[in-house]
Amino acid sequence: MSTGRTLLQVNGATKRFGGLVAVSGMTFDVKEHEVMGIIGPNGSGKTTMMNLISGELRVTSGSIAMQGRQLSQLPAHKVSRLGVARTFQLVRILPGLSVIENVIAGGAFGHSRRWGDDALHFAQTLLDRLGLADHMYQPVGALTYIDQKRLELARALASEPQVLLLDEWLAGLNPTELQIGIDLISDLRKEGRTIILVEHVMDAIRSLCDRCVVMNSGKKIAEGKPSEVLSDPEVIRAYLGDE
Amino acid sequence: MKQVSWSGIVLAIILFALAAIVPLVANGYHLSVAVTAIMYVALATSWALFSGPTHYISLASGAFFGVGGYLVATGMSDYDQSFWLMAAIAPVVAAILATLIGLATLRLSGVYFVIFTLGLAEMVRNLVSWIQNNFLGSRGLYVLTDFTEAHIYWMLLAVCVVIYIFGWWLSHSRLGFALRIIGNDEAVAKHVGINTALSKVVLFMTTGFFAALVGAIIAPRYSYIEPNQVFSPELSFLVVIMALIGGTNRLWGPLVGVIPFTIIWEIISSNFSNFSTLFLGLAFLLIVYVIPNGFVGLLEKWGRRLRA
Repeated sequence: MSTGRTLLQVNGATKRFGGLVAVSGMTFDVKEHEVMGIIGPNGSGKTTMMNLISGELRVTSGSIAMQGRQLSQLPAHKVSRLGVARTFQLVRILPGLSVIENVIAGGAFGHSRRWGDDALHFAQTLLDRLGLADHMYQPVGALTYIDQKRLELARALASEPQVLLLDEWLAGLNPTELQIGIDLISDLRKEGRTIILVEHVMDAIRSLCDRCVVMNSGKKIAEGKPSEVLSDPEVIRAYLGDE
Repeated sequence: MKQVSWSGIVLAIILFALAAIVPLVANGYHLSVAVTAIMYVALATSWALFSGPTHYISLASGAFFGVGGYLVATGMSDYDQSFWLMAAIAPVVAAILATLIGLATLRLSGVYFVIFTLGLAEMVRNLVSWIQNNFLGSRGLYVLTDFTEAHIYWMLLAVCVVIYIFGWWLSHSRLGFALRIIGNDEAVAKHVGINTALSKVVLFMTTGFFAALVGAIIAPRYSYIEPNQVFSPELSFLVVIMALIGGTNRLWGPLVGVIPFTIIWEIISSNFSNFSTLFLGLAFLLIVYVIPNGFVGLLEKWGRRLRA
């Protein structure tokens, strides 16, 4: 799948919070139609890396560029308009809006800028695809956890992003839901979407990712195919410690 | 996202027609209550356009209202300008002031924003008083026009119509939708591509504009204006309470709060003036404990129960 051109380039991205270096000199490329995993133990800086790409945080040094355009100095709303959509580690839906309004919210301002009937139809199509068609006009409080996660994904897809960032989208799902979730992302992958995902679920990483970047203490310690990096001695040491 | 409802438009036209004939049927005292009521309808509705969806509770209405009244007074009294010119200038000045205040405060959230707007409103009041007392000679200013209460009432009614049309447009626009998303979750709002700072400043500016316009129009009613009186912080609180009692989730919500509140407020202030602050406090408690979404929210909840 990873035959496309380079879409996103992270070059020496570093983020300091006072004395703490959360992300240190991260460099990697993401190609078009590729699913790139960012993995690593807790506290290794994965979510901070996602926040740097999405514009939630600014890099202290280094750069992040998409198709030659610098993202690293732009505020989040501009990054979103250029075609980067995300879900959040702790699911964030808009509680005061109906299910369908939540999806329209994703498309109305960002990359695709759909509005009116166009936005409504597109949102219906997305909800249909993600299996939420029955909940379309319900308040979001009525949704189960996995449905909230689906909704957040639908909102991200509504902007027709060039790059989709999934921050532990599969976390907290039970085994049945997990399979549904993996299948869903697998479908997105087959559609040729470019996805960066932070994940702890190893099965998901093995079956979904074309390539992985492994982080530990803010640094990249390995990069390559999931099967390769997961058997890398340094990666095993990072996860499990020394023998 | 909603469709145009013809019954709603017909109802709005009937209400407008009824409101328009009030000065023809009401006498002195009742008309004066009506002027007060329509003034608060304009203030509370325009306040709710911003604070309703975003939940940014602004206590700066008094400052913008004061700018309106004060500029009309000083322009007419000290610089011999016409009422119309000053009434046109005042809202623009207030909008600029609101933009500056907005840029400074709208990064704050929750209670910090509330306190900051209150503090800024007080600062504006003291600044204007100080300038007036030290540099412009007289303490008070005269606003002498040929307007009757009925004229003021109709002008304010016209302002209300503009606010309602603007509010209706807003609720169907991307900007209005953006404000609702901001009110729900500002982090999400940014990540779906909303320029949150710009959206908030634009609406805060609009609220300031209308508050000053109302302040300018109502100025002739008082004839004699002092900065301390026209920049009253009490007005800011009244506007907030009335809007919240009515409900800010619907455009017509504040209207539902303003009318009964103005009447009760009028009765209490004229008969038991010592208890007016107590009443204000009780109204606050009522909102917090019993009707967090206002009367309109309560009615809609009952409506849903009946249908269920």
